[in-house]
Amino acid sequence: MQIRPFRLSVLSLSLLIPAALVAVVLFLVVYSGQAMLFNGLHFIFNINWNLGDLYSDPVTVNGISVPPGANYGILVFIVGTLLSSFIAILIAVPLSVGSAIFLAEAVPHRIRPVLSMLVELVAVVPSVVFGLWGIAVLVPFIGHYLSPTGNGYGLLASAIVLALMVTPIIASTLLDALMQVPKENRESAFALGATHFEVVSKAMMPMVRTTLIGGIVLALGRALGETMAVLMVSGGGINILPDSPFAPISTIASFIVSQLDSAEADPTNMSVRTLSELALVLFLITLTVNATAKLLTSGALNVRKRQS
Amino acid sequence: MSASVSLKAPRSVLELRRAVVSNIGWVACGLALLLVIAPLLDIVGVVTFNGLSAFSIQLFTKSTGGDTNGLLNAIVGTLVITVFAMLIAVPIGIGAGVHLSEYGKNKLGGVIRFLSDVLTGTPSIVLGYFSYIVFIIGFGWGFSLAAAAITLAILIVPYLARITELALQQVPNSMREAAYALGSNDATVVSKVVLPAAAPGVITGTLLGLAISVGETAPLIYTAGWSDYTWDGRFTHAPVAYLTYVIWTFIDQPDAHSHALAYAAAFLVMLVVLAINIGVRLVVKHGKTA
Repeated sequence: MQIRPFRLSVLSLSLLIPAALVAVVLFLVVYSGQAMLFNGLHFIFNINWNLGDLYSDPVTVNGISVPPGANYGILVFIVGTLLSSFIAILIAVPLSVGSAIFLAEAVPHRIRPVLSMLVELVAVVPSVVFGLWGIAVLVPFIGHYLSPTGNGYGLLASAIVLALMVTPIIASTLLDALMQVPKENRESAFALGATHFEVVSKAMMPMVRTTLIGGIVLALGRALGETMAVLMVSGGGINILPDSPFAPISTIASFIVSQLDSAEADPTNMSVRTLSELALVLFLITLTVNATAKLLTSGALNVRKRQS
Repeated sequence: MSASVSLKAPRSVLELRRAVVSNIGWVACGLALLLVIAPLLDIVGVVTFNGLSAFSIQLFTKSTGGDTNGLLNAIVGTLVITVFAMLIAVPIGIGAGVHLSEYGKNKLGGVIRFLSDVLTGTPSIVLGYFSYIVFIIGFGWGFSLAAAAITLAILIVPYLARITELALQQVPNSMREAAYALGSNDATVVSKVVLPAAAPGVITGTLLGLAISVGETAPLIYTAGWSDYTWDGRFTHAPVAYLTYVIWTFIDQPDAHSHALAYAAAFLVMLVVLAINIGVRLVVKHGKTA
């Protein structure tokens, strides 16, 4: 085979992408190896996160050196991550479906691009600016009007901020799909005497259902890994499962950030290793969700659409 | 707006109910749109108002620390981190995009595309933590510009590759064939014909990558660290300040002076990110209609 230097060089550049991904997974796995041995599998179901006594001499457990009293339970963070994201999706779905329908059908052609650009811009506002707005506007609002304790930081604030951040993902996916529904389908529904809203809700929405679900799962993947905005409004609850919408929570991502200082103080590095394991757990969760979204949108599971 | 409005007086209870349900439906949809756009306008309003009231020339001449009103170290840091991240990401991202578009119509291309999507979907904090254990702990660089720039580059490359690929796909095949027929080799076809024709798309991708790197926080916390001094030219063993750090830590300080700086930083970051995104969208739309 002929050697083509140009093709080889761009190929090697593009191979850097898989290489980076493999390196990320590999180093997280290797680095968290000792933590996996120490924590076992039950740390997923344990709610108690304790760095142990960092100033005493480390003790040796099963041949692994850890600070005395160290115990790394991550259930609180898994629950916080899943719960805040699911509530966010519950809020985001009606918002984005309503906005997409309104943009597709009710808005005059001239202002549609402006409004749909505004919706898209919600997605590009940096996470940390959302967090700032959360602290300045949303948290005081929740604390003043909704929360019985007067504290606005917590699960609900996190979920609302997350919902706002992922709404544009669902809305723009759905808007694109709605605009592609064939004219004939709309017109036949009108001809049957349906009102305009019935045309949208009963004739058009069923056609874009798969796309909608794909968009929702994609948004879920984004919400699960969101860090800064959640960190700033979540209240940083640890060692207790949330029992109300106003309870402080931590997500895996926000917890990793918040642990930087204490992890650096650990002479055995075991907490740094466990955080690495935690990052791996987050990676696996988002990978599963994103892969599901990809299967849904690529049409591998899209039997209904193919038949019609 | 809706067809039901134009209906004559309803003839039956059922028809009346359908008309009412439809109108309620439209109102609900309109409210949903309002609830999505209103927070955006509120964010822009709150940040602009508070940011502008904290604005002074000192922001650009003095560094943080003590009682100064400066953000110079953070502004310089964000600029330097972004420039070096882009210097790494642009050649790799565009090169990968060229490969995927021009020679990637096979199994290998499919695998690279899939793994690139996986990397795009990976939470940025995971990438940041990876860099922490490899560059900061493993290589012993300490919090540093090099670690921060590489981390952001890992984040941006898959976006850039995908946008470049899509842009190159828009170039008609006849142009490639014409160039090959004139005796050009692969490099000439791509650099003289395909890339110039797809330049607007590639530049769009680069600008969006720039906006991402200016607005990101999570991957920098574990890599760049923080410093009250302006960047001293070292790539390793020297933490770097950046604007988004100011936003999330200074807002937690008790004093109004720190809050003002947080808003000023948020205003600068938001200005850059929104300007790039609005500009890109307007230009792209203009190009389509022209």
